[in-house]
Amino acid sequence: MSLLNVVDLKTSYGPVNVLAGVSFTVQPGETYALVGESGSGKTTVIRAIAGLAPAQDGSVTFEGQEIRGAPERVMRPLRKDMAMMFQDPVGSLSPRLTIRSLITEPYRIQGMKDKDLDAEAKRLLEMVNLPTHFADRYPYQLSGGQARRVGVARALALEPKLILADEPTAGLDVSVQGELLNLLNDLRERLGLAMVIITHNLSVVRHVADRMGIMYLGRLVEEGTTETIFRDPRHPYTRCLLSANPEPDPDARLERIALKGEPPSLLKRPSGCEFRERCPFAKDICTQTPEWEVDGGHGLRCLAPLS
Amino acid sequence: MTDTLLEIDHLSVDYETGRGDLKALRDITFDVNKGEIVGIVGESGCGKSTLISSILRLTAPNTRFREGEIRFKGQDLLQSSERHMRELRGADISIVFQDPMQTHNPVLTIGQQMLDIQHRSKQSKPDKLAHAAKMLGAVGIPDPEARLKQYPHEFSGGMRQRIAIAMALMSEPDLLIADEPTTALDATLEVQIIERLQELQREFHCAILFISHHLGVIAELCERVVVMYAGAVVESGEVREIFHNPKHPYTRRLIECDPGHIKERARVLPTIPGEVPDLANLPGGCIFRDRCDQAMARCATEVPPLDQLKEGHHAACWLNHEEVTT
Repeated sequence: MSLLNVVDLKTSYGPVNVLAGVSFTVQPGETYALVGESGSGKTTVIRAIAGLAPAQDGSVTFEGQEIRGAPERVMRPLRKDMAMMFQDPVGSLSPRLTIRSLITEPYRIQGMKDKDLDAEAKRLLEMVNLPTHFADRYPYQLSGGQARRVGVARALALEPKLILADEPTAGLDVSVQGELLNLLNDLRERLGLAMVIITHNLSVVRHVADRMGIMYLGRLVEEGTTETIFRDPRHPYTRCLLSANPEPDPDARLERIALKGEPPSLLKRPSGCEFRERCPFAKDICTQTPEWEVDGGHGLRCLAPLS
Repeated sequence: MTDTLLEIDHLSVDYETGRGDLKALRDITFDVNKGEIVGIVGESGCGKSTLISSILRLTAPNTRFREGEIRFKGQDLLQSSERHMRELRGADISIVFQDPMQTHNPVLTIGQQMLDIQHRSKQSKPDKLAHAAKMLGAVGIPDPEARLKQYPHEFSGGMRQRIAIAMALMSEPDLLIADEPTTALDATLEVQIIERLQELQREFHCAILFISHHLGVIAELCERVVVMYAGAVVESGEVREIFHNPKHPYTRRLIECDPGHIKERARVLPTIPGEVPDLANLPGGCIFRDRCDQAMARCATEVPPLDQLKEGHHAACWLNHEEVTT
């Protein structure tokens, strides 16, 4: 059974159709990456899964239980198994609580009174390679990388089965970024964690994700194993995204495929294929609406796929 | 007559704090030539922001310039009058900031803001508006005349950053300082901004001092690179030399750490263990030695000088010194 099963999830804020039907599954222990430009709906997807954003239609099942639109009474016990890492590492830590209170807050919220909170705080800090005396510090005394690791410690406090991570490496220096990814990889192996990770840094995806989905205007346009997507992207948008990744080599002359303009407004979704106005490979047939088609585990929404 | 536009000459800058003097910049030396794109690479706390604010002389009140000069067209900016600095800022030297969402005034239209920054010009208002529209067109904003009437919130992040670039280039400056201008943007927009900067640089012939921690962007855009670590220049040179033949362990490790460099999926990514030293309480010797895997006895006692290894390539490391002397 899949750990997480998202089917045709839809979210609108008034007339703004943010998610226009997103479906994907995550197996136990698997890392799934969602990539796409700003405004493609990545953050809304994971917030909707965690019950932090509304979803008017579709279904989210976690371990077989339907949780879309579930009341707080149902969600709260589930949050023990499903933890969130927020995008802004410092902003997601209350400035008035010590690190000890911050990372042990999940135990208090879940009513685990029998836990020795000091010992737990020590254990969690050690797990994310932070000195244990950090327990007495406040968030303003931490660097961005350290605040990130506190976020990881807090997400892991209750030994969840699934972590929803929103841009876990954004704003980190390169030398620290590797450290965080190694930590996540290591914890995943030791604890059998599954992860949904959102990022627009494709170099990161290559190293952590088993499978990935590419989002455009609130829909998946391509999905497959990370290896296949990097080796053989079929959707022109995926190809554009991959080619837009600047290489740390002055002699790398990339075959860069220029993406025209910026994503259209969600209030004025284009007809036919929604990517066609920006697509360098658009054909006449693209005025028709492409359907989601799956072939051997590789999903694609394109009428003129690249070979 | 040299082609040097900006010379940072043995610059040392401290911040006076309650814990003592924080040595934010120590003995920084490098040049920017006319029309050249120079990249500054470094991680958090390396002194990039102090350097920029020193060049513009927009430093915090507790800043002390201990030593050195910042010469712009031969004149020392640290000795210039405030009036002269005001004439330079926005006219000869302009800047694009990191966060495009906070650069513009939210309650004024883009057109009004672009008029305001032309306050020195004697042109008529319609001419100034036409100039503003032309600049918006140059950075690829469609339908610029109509867009001038809009407010910042009506533009996307990528567009706002392009507007910031258009505004910085309006006075045709000799030097454009770009402080991590693509960090807040998606990869696709990042590429658009880089390509636009390259085009504009060819069109306006301004020099660009491009600050970033994104090695891919630096490799693509810059001709020369200055690598900074904990307030000092550890290496500088031509971009190919720096990326293909790094002579400082920090530069080498930094390039190795970039996940964009590693093509095959890796279980364990390389990192640089340890932390940047406390700048208020600097250890003796080489500042990188605690994190360096090739540190020697000498590194703990003597500060390595920034040696010229070959024409235009400098590095501050005793490892090279051994090579030079033997």
